[in-house]
Amino acid sequence: MERPEIDLRSASVARIFDYYLGGAHNFAVDRVLADAAAKLMPELPRMMQLHRRFLARAMRYLVEQGVTQFLDLGSGLPTAGGSAELARRLDPSSRVVLVDNDPAVIAHGTHMLDSANTAVVLGDICEPDLVLGHPETRRLLDFDQPVGLLLVGVLDFVGDVALPQVIARYRDAAAPGSHIVLTNFSVEGGLEDYQRTEQLYRDNTTIDFHPRSAAEVTELLAGFDLAEPGVVDISLWRPEAVEDLDEHPERSAAYVAVGRKP
Amino acid sequence: MTGWTRQDIPRARSAVTEPVAAGMEAFAQSWASAIIGTSYVPMTKAEVVEHLRGLTELLVEALLADTFRTSAAHEVGIRLVEAHFTGTETLDRTVQLMGDELLSELGRDGEPHLRSRIAALQGSLSAGYAQSLRERTLDEQEAIREAVLDARDHAEAALRASEARFRAVFAEAAIGMGISDTDGNILEVNQSLQDMLGYPASELRQRNLRSLMHPADAESVWGYYEQLLHGERDHFRVEKRFNRRDGQAVWTHLTISLVRDDDGQPAYQVAMVEDVTDRHLLQNRLRYQALHDPLTTLPNRALFLERLSKAFDGAAGTRIGLCYLDLDGFKVINDSLGHDIGDQLLVAVANRLDESVAGDGRLVARMGGDEFVILIEGSTGTQSIVDIADRVLDSLTAPVRIDGHELSVSASIGLVEREINGTTSADLMRDSDITLYWAKADGKSRWALYDPERNAREVARFTLSATMPAALERDEFYVDYQPLVRLEDSKVLGVEALVRWQHPEFGRLAPDRFIELAEETGLIVPLGRWVLRSACQQARRWMDEFGDATPFVSVNLAVRQSRDPALVNDVKSILEEFALPPHLLQLELTESAIMGTADEPLEALRQLSGMGVRIAIDDFGTGYSNLAYLKHLPVHELKIAGSFMEGMRAADGADPVDSKIVSTLVSLAHALGLTVTAEGVETPSQAERLRKIGCDAGQGWLFARPGPPHQIEVLF
Ligand SMILES: C[S@@+](CC[C@H](N)C(=O)[O-])C[C@H]1O[C@@H](n2cnc3c(N)ncnc32)[C@H](O)[C@@H]1O
Repeated sequence: MERPEIDLRSASVARIFDYYLGGAHNFAVDRVLADAAAKLMPELPRMMQLHRRFLARAMRYLVEQGVTQFLDLGSGLPTAGGSAELARRLDPSSRVVLVDNDPAVIAHGTHMLDSANTAVVLGDICEPDLVLGHPETRRLLDFDQPVGLLLVGVLDFVGDVALPQVIARYRDAAAPGSHIVLTNFSVEGGLEDYQRTEQLYRDNTTIDFHPRSAAEVTELLAGFDLAEPGVVDISLWRPEAVEDLDEHPERSAAYVAVGRKP
Repeated sequence: MTGWTRQDIPRARSAVTEPVAAGMEAFAQSWASAIIGTSYVPMTKAEVVEHLRGLTELLVEALLADTFRTSAAHEVGIRLVEAHFTGTETLDRTVQLMGDELLSELGRDGEPHLRSRIAALQGSLSAGYAQSLRERTLDEQEAIREAVLDARDHAEAALRASEARFRAVFAEAAIGMGISDTDGNILEVNQSLQDMLGYPASELRQRNLRSLMHPADAESVWGYYEQLLHGERDHFRVEKRFNRRDGQAVWTHLTISLVRDDDGQPAYQVAMVEDVTDRHLLQNRLRYQALHDPLTTLPNRALFLERLSKAFDGAAGTRIGLCYLDLDGFKVINDSLGHDIGDQLLVAVANRLDESVAGDGRLVARMGGDEFVILIEGSTGTQSIVDIADRVLDSLTAPVRIDGHELSVSASIGLVEREINGTTSADLMRDSDITLYWAKADGKSRWALYDPERNAREVARFTLSATMPAALERDEFYVDYQPLVRLEDSKVLGVEALVRWQHPEFGRLAPDRFIELAEETGLIVPLGRWVLRSACQQARRWMDEFGDATPFVSVNLAVRQSRDPALVNDVKSILEEFALPPHLLQLELTESAIMGTADEPLEALRQLSGMGVRIAIDDFGTGYSNLAYLKHLPVHELKIAGSFMEGMRAADGADPVDSKIVSTLVSLAHALGLTVTAEGVETPSQAERLRKIGCDAGQGWLFARPGPPHQIEVLF
């Protein structure tokens, strides 16, 4: 794994995400870039909130399916409404391993999380063997029992790898009854805006932005039985309130899906 | 700290009337709608409404309390932030909603003192919110900053540790290492490299790799380096020499690698230098030993042959010379004075040779034993190597002093000098060897120059001697006869049998071309026996034809034959074979064959003589001529050498000395009871003079040239 630069002068996806969610775990560089992006795509902050809402709905669904251990791949900062907090609220006995390749995220997590049921692991999700074999992962998660694989708001930043194989590796390691929760910005919705955003990211940071088509997202879910309603826009996956809805769900700004390993 | 914790909002203690309750509910609902979405709150709408209900109660209670206090509103502001209502619009909308709707929802619109209480509550809520948000923001900022710094420290510590490890490896490595920029400017060198090259780091850091070029570097070294500079090659490994600061040479295995940056652009050059000087010197020493003679330290045969074959790489027209030298009589010195002295002599000779001829393009080598060779590359002609040979012979004239002995040495030298095209090293070696042999044969202590004609002759000689046995079997030899004529009445007394060789390649060959060879090879014995038999057979034929007038046949007996133990038996059995009376056979021996001989051959001659065979001394007068000795020999006839006839050629004014000698010989012979035949008689006056002197017979062109039997027998 390439060790990402620890540099206060460059923006970080995790901190930008926090900023969009109204947090203060961010620096001027993050906010400048986030604001610039939001100018191009005014719905970005809202999209982030939709992601969090989807995560909450999906995790509740998983707990209802009997899943109480989670591997959060690309967890971001464990702030309000993050997977760790959600899991604890849904079932206090649940266990969560947060994986991120941003060392600051890991350092922050180490400070924030004192629960014995949570762990943070520095790693690249594209190296499943390292992630799955990490002592913390092994310590907290029982792979003979169903696991929730969370890939929320992260695949947008992962390209140039054989992603289907990477996901298949996680799938193979998980017990039957395990679930996957996945989101990916869509190429279909507001393509031009995304391209501009992509360019913005690229010009300012080392952040790569990889929106995907519905077909590509479906391909990533091979080997999972999709929960209703399948691969859909982020606001159309079992919405529970008006706040869960995108203002323009027909644009399919981001695809989401939940699948079950048979 | 920032974790969202669900807190139960304490319910207001006062009894809340129905209309107030309804109003609060309505306010909480519109409050929720107003602020949901202003920031991300990890709650469902129902949970938000529930949360805001509690806060509404607090506000309403404070609003309607008997004693008005704003602290509850302050608390509400705090709790909004705690629920993660952190958006900039959250407070705006809340304050606005309080002013616009709270009193009307409670049905107390028209009460001015409540309106002013609202204003106070708005202020207090705003202050609480702002203070809380500020604290939260500071907390979060603190947390994230700490996290980032932590992470960075962590990463830096790890980097420092790994850098320290690399530093240590670099500094302590036994192999020399250096780093330079892409232009070759040296940036860093480790201790080993400093030690290896003898320069301190400070000095090396001011240099460029190119300044370490060495004249002995193979071209490829800097060729590879250029490619590396241009990024066409990522590394290379070569053998390279460096000059230490103290001028000594260091031999190394050098590996230079290009280090590229993240974008693949050349960033550094890393050199790894392994000191292989010891190995190199050892190899050199081994090579030196393999190519030099340990005694004299001169180049040995192997090195000489290597240089010789390299000399043939020269341009066409280049000349080359070889002096092949062998000490004369070295074996005697070795045998008589011992190997030690012999060895010292060789060393002394080697030194003299080296001193007298050493120079560019000249190699003095010891070929083994007492043989030396001098290779002259790019010689300028025969004279140039003759000069060298003279110098060598000169250098050996002064005696060599060894252990109190004054040893005189001389050498024989074979010289070959020619253009390299059209010859080979093998040719040169063979020809110089042959030529050395000539120098020896010609009397030693001299040089001989290779002479292709002489070589051709010798080759022919060799060919002759090699083909002679087969020739004898194939009947290539035949016999001519020349009469011995009585001077008194010209009667043919005898005929000399003269062997000839009808060679298929060289034509008719006279005895002088092959008899000596046959003597050398020993073939003379069978050849002589064949001649003897042929002559006897011929004599028998003549006897049958001419009866008593038959002349004897005179057959030459070579030295070797005369010493052949089978001689007597051979003669006897041949005479018997043809039933030839012994007096019809005469055997001619040279003076030296008879005189210098031991007893056995003499005994054989006595036996032959006893049998009745005539014995003649051939070429008498040219050799030792111990006349006194003659009387003890079983000899019947003297044949006086043709050379004496010279002085008796002219009719008058003949050489008195020759005449005198011949006359003395004749009277002496007669005194001993021997007959005398003069050889080489060519003129009538010679014959007349000989007759007067009393010589018995003559042989020569005057009477007849040698010829086949049918030409000769007409004279009988
Ligand atoms: C948008 S943020 C966090 C999203 C988070 N899962 C959520 O739903 O709140 C994405 C995170 O993924 C992390 N990330 C990006 N690429 C990653 C990779 N290859 N391996 C691990 N983490 C990665 C980033 O550091 C960032 O913290």
